[in-house]
Amino acid sequence: MGDIVKIATRESYGNALAELGKVNPNVVVLDADLAGATKTSTFKKAFPDRHIDCGIAEANMTGIAAGLSTCGKIPFVSSFAMFAAGRNFEQVRNSIGYPHLNVKIGATHAGITVGEDGASHQCLEDIALMRTIPGMTVIVPSDDIEAKAAVFAAAETEGPFYMRFGRAAVPVINDNPDYKFEVGKAVVLKDGTDMVIFACGVCVAEALGAAEKLAADGINAAVVNIHTIKPIDKDTVLEFAKKTNRVFTVEEHSVIGGMGSAVCDVLAEEYPVKVTKIGVYDRFGKSGPAGALMKEFQLDAEGIYNQIKAKI
Amino acid sequence: MNNKELQITATKVRKGIVEAVHSAKSGHPGGSLSAADMFTFLYFEEMNIDPKNPKDPNRDRFVLSKGHTAPGLYSTLANRGFFPVEDLKTLRKLGSYLQGHPCMTETPGVDMSTGSLGQGVSAAVGMALAAKLNGDSYRVYALTGDGEIQEGQIWEAFMFAGAKGIDNLTVVIDNNGLQIDGKIDDVCSPYPIDKKLEAFNFNTICIDGHDFDQIRDAFAKAKECKGKPTAIIMKTTKGKGVSYMENQAGWHGKAPSDEEYEQAMKELDEQLAKYEAEV
Repeated sequence: MGDIVKIATRESYGNALAELGKVNPNVVVLDADLAGATKTSTFKKAFPDRHIDCGIAEANMTGIAAGLSTCGKIPFVSSFAMFAAGRNFEQVRNSIGYPHLNVKIGATHAGITVGEDGASHQCLEDIALMRTIPGMTVIVPSDDIEAKAAVFAAAETEGPFYMRFGRAAVPVINDNPDYKFEVGKAVVLKDGTDMVIFACGVCVAEALGAAEKLAADGINAAVVNIHTIKPIDKDTVLEFAKKTNRVFTVEEHSVIGGMGSAVCDVLAEEYPVKVTKIGVYDRFGKSGPAGALMKEFQLDAEGIYNQIKAKI
Repeated sequence: MNNKELQITATKVRKGIVEAVHSAKSGHPGGSLSAADMFTFLYFEEMNIDPKNPKDPNRDRFVLSKGHTAPGLYSTLANRGFFPVEDLKTLRKLGSYLQGHPCMTETPGVDMSTGSLGQGVSAAVGMALAAKLNGDSYRVYALTGDGEIQEGQIWEAFMFAGAKGIDNLTVVIDNNGLQIDGKIDDVCSPYPIDKKLEAFNFNTICIDGHDFDQIRDAFAKAKECKGKPTAIIMKTTKGKGVSYMENQAGWHGKAPSDEEYEQAMKELDEQLAKYEAEV
């Protein structure tokens, strides 16, 4: 685990788009007056003609992207998760999902790590919303390397994608030479026999930290990164549930309908086993620094460790 | 096509609408009939399309933003040769490729899936923008209802199209004056539609939507206009062509009974015979 390098996945999103723009002339990027925050300004600088600022009108932006995609463009729709998935749910569902259009949604500023802006901007429901749309691929990258890989994979794969990025800098954890990103294929970061922790997004690094603490107590926890929530990697979920017979899920999202629920959907049907969903418990976020909020919501390594210990 | 031929074709389109909605026992005849002349002009005269090659990348595009008037679009596409007219009877039935609202993945000739009001113009703007980005010369057309423009997203799309000067886009607003709950100005008036669109930097043209000379002239002016999108606000009669449906909000989304169907078809056949005799 690279110990110091930290980068926000929204930054990775902008950088990946700028690289992608060089190799794929069909890529266009849409923003709703947030190019500075979504980091697509990096793309805008390199390809001003292929960057479309729609103004503060996310619904229209989503529809424009749908129209562009019917004419061969690969639009990346960029906004905060609150607006990209929340405000726009019906536009995404009807104008992109139903016709199964080749539109990629880059949702930044997801979850409580938005920080000081507070609950109105901290989307904790987007995974739940997006994964119910038929044909929608949902990806929550855990670090810079994964976020960039996800952007390239999205451009190469036909169909609608929802990608969830964060505002706060997160450690680079996938910098090992064997790392390979594949849509729908979970990444085993640490093997273990006593329990498995399935995590996504910013919680992956924290789950690894929690596993270290558990190891100090003699508990051997596996940590698996579920970067693709849909289609979920059933085989890996089942493999580790069967191997450990105790499942924890950790996400910076409501425990209602998110990655934990997606894991439960698989296990309830194929291998019922005790699952504890760790996340945000049916409540809104708060203003504060991202790190302090992760601690407050018990989603940092210490908090995850404590929540797991309380359940075993 | 000359005006007489257009009238004959539009009457056949109207017959297809009544046939389809009667067979489905549900659907939206009122707004389909009010726009039947417009549908006919677009697909038989104005647009560069090929029923044998419905996905031609160079074709003109059409987005039916008021997607509930799918019977009007389907009947026009069928009469134009995109699929058999006989299939109109399968409208809304299980297994049919003619869904209750337009579905681009099911129906040949449908360029965008619509049905949730207020979303179609945004998609049309995206198509027009793609042509600009690619240097393509095709044009994009969208048809909205007058009640539909109560939706906020429509105005986001209008603002964008006007601000960016998307002149390969023509939006037609079917001003039949009625929506489900009654008169549009009683429910929540969108008037003055032309003044609002002018303020959004549109080239606006007000016409009688049942007069083919005026329709023809409006599209010619739209093509000539550079640097601005065009809005054609057409005054129409909801339910046009079927006497008992005309100007009745109740016929927005209701199928005729067998008796009503017979009467509608009789009236339309009489109109057809009259137009054909005049040729």
